[in-house]
Amino acid sequence: MTRFQSAFKPDRAALVCFITAGDGDTAANLDALVEGGADVIELGMPFTDPMADGPAIQKANLRSLAKGTKTADVLAMAKAFRERHPDIPLVLMGYANPMVRRGPEWFADRLEEVGADGVICVDLAPEEDPDLGPALRAKGISPIRLATPTTDDKRLPKVLEGSSGFLYYVSVAGITGKQQAAIDSIEANVTRIKKQTDLPIAVGFGVRTPQQAEAIAKVADGVVVGSAFIDIVGEHGENAPQHLRELTASLAKAVHNARKG
Amino acid sequence: MTEQKPNSFRNQPDERGHFGQFGGRYVAETLMPLILDLEQEYTAAKKDPAFDAQFQDLLEHYVGRPSPLYHAERLTEELRKDAPEGKGAEIWFKRDELNHTGAHKINNCIGQILLAIRMGKTRIIAETGAGQHGVATATVCARFGLPCVVYMGKTDVERQAPNVFRMKLLGAEIVPVTSGAATLKDAMNEALRDWVANVHDTFYIIGTAAGPHPYPELVRDFQSVIGKEAREQMQKRTGRLPDLLVAAIGGGSNAIGLFHPFLDDPDVNMLGVEAAGHGLDKKHAASLAGGFPGILHGNKTYLLQDEDGQIAEAHSISAGLDYPGIGPEHAWLKETGRVEYTSVTDDEALSAFQLLCRTEGIIPALEPSHAIAAIVKRAKEMDRDQIILANLCGRGDKDIFTVADALGVEM
Ligand SMILES: Cc1ncc(COP(=O)(O)O)c(C=O)c1O
Repeated sequence: MTRFQSAFKPDRAALVCFITAGDGDTAANLDALVEGGADVIELGMPFTDPMADGPAIQKANLRSLAKGTKTADVLAMAKAFRERHPDIPLVLMGYANPMVRRGPEWFADRLEEVGADGVICVDLAPEEDPDLGPALRAKGISPIRLATPTTDDKRLPKVLEGSSGFLYYVSVAGITGKQQAAIDSIEANVTRIKKQTDLPIAVGFGVRTPQQAEAIAKVADGVVVGSAFIDIVGEHGENAPQHLRELTASLAKAVHNARKG
Repeated sequence: MTEQKPNSFRNQPDERGHFGQFGGRYVAETLMPLILDLEQEYTAAKKDPAFDAQFQDLLEHYVGRPSPLYHAERLTEELRKDAPEGKGAEIWFKRDELNHTGAHKINNCIGQILLAIRMGKTRIIAETGAGQHGVATATVCARFGLPCVVYMGKTDVERQAPNVFRMKLLGAEIVPVTSGAATLKDAMNEALRDWVANVHDTFYIIGTAAGPHPYPELVRDFQSVIGKEAREQMQKRTGRLPDLLVAAIGGGSNAIGLFHPFLDDPDVNMLGVEAAGHGLDKKHAASLAGGFPGILHGNKTYLLQDEDGQIAEAHSISAGLDYPGIGPEHAWLKETGRVEYTSVTDDEALSAFQLLCRTEGIIPALEPSHAIAAIVKRAKEMDRDQIILANLCGRGDKDIFTVADALGVEM
């Protein structure tokens, strides 16, 4: 059984938590997410030009880079996380250029070394899979793809081809941040996508509160939360862990219990 | 379409939008379906004589094409003064600075807005550096009655104030972008963010031959009117083709527009001129000279970046060249060796700017001033009976404040 398979259980949804590496005390922040009940961790690799992100995550990227975060640091954080938490799936998320800079094989080798499970590369369309996908698959690392409201049934097979781990359904056509999709549209899209894949479907973008998370957890296999955590790190800096733990705990409770009663 | 030979330099990109290893479609999934639609629509438009007829009609009666081909005799003579015996090539200009709105940018905007209308889009967005593309976009939006939002780095809003006011007069909304160095790269990020959020009704008019496929191809095709006219005009006036083409390169649209129709003429050499800013060992915008292949803004190309793939801030005195990347077709033309690329510093461009003002009575934009600076070096190495043809892709009205400032003149 892979770590993803243990995280996405058939009887309850999983909570997927995103923070940007090198923004605040990453090790302490990650521990707080896990203690709060995160089932999957997405660790953002900072990039100078995060063009699919809204202001909160843009700033987190720039704060991290301003502190001098290097790719080697991100990998070291991932490795240390894996040593502390052997069972939680770890996904690196970011943009193509930092991932392929030293060649896709280099990146895949490092991910294998640090014990990462998957990669979400925001600007690597399935059409450009050869730039990264084959190298990841050769090392057993899951390329996790994004499907969006604009991904119609005809295109979906292209997105699913060669992907594994889970599918990330981006519920709004837009950037990360505060907008949120109506639950009806989320449910309809998840149902639609389920017809074409057995992969677990995690839904994200604009999810901030336990109420929203609970509603999504009723219809999807996972709920992704990012900007809400990033805002906490931005606001509380080194004191973020305590606040992250609290928010994660309330989200995890909502997500894990959504389908009971 | 012109006939294409199997080993032609003119049959790129391939069906996946790649120019050799460069180009491609590196965009977020939300945009992919739209990009595929655009490709389909462009393919259909290319085959539609009505589309071309409307494009040509607007170029003639609205833009003022064909632009003149001009023999710069006084500049030629001036450069011959310190050339060795028998040296000092003839210098000619393709005068795209005489277009409506003062630069080549309008050629592309006419083509793209016709595509936008064809696709039923009702809102236009654009990024701009110098403001020339922003002005050209605002112009075609006014002409066709579509709302227009222009993203412009805050730094550029300040250094290109006249163009900002022009865009406002034309009815566009200007959004100053404060992220990063607040220049063209950041404006492009912000335009992409807008686009992702408004895919259903919005058309993104990209201002240079870069971005995800099919943009590099369609911008090139629309700008190729420059080279097609120049080729015909040169043959008519001199009975021959030029020996060397020269053009400045920001993203590379005016250069590819001039070069492309000549790529299969083996005797025509080509020189693309990047901005060396304060110098190649300092801050500059010469991505071919100082960059490495990477992925940004939807395409794979040469980028100024560090060893971790973080994008560097570019610098050029010319806002239109101040970008850390370059269109993918130029990356490919460099690797194939078909086109030579060089770079010119801020100071060299400033001298060339003044030289053209005084010898020809033409105030060039700072962008083509880079091409002129390269000519100053090349002309004296070439024989007197050889011909250099440069793209005078923009006029300098927008730059007089920047130039005054650089020369220490209070206005
Ligand atoms: C007059 C002029 N020339 C050149 C450029 C650079 O763009 P490109 O390399 O696409 O021609 C600009 C861009 O703003 C411009 O305004």
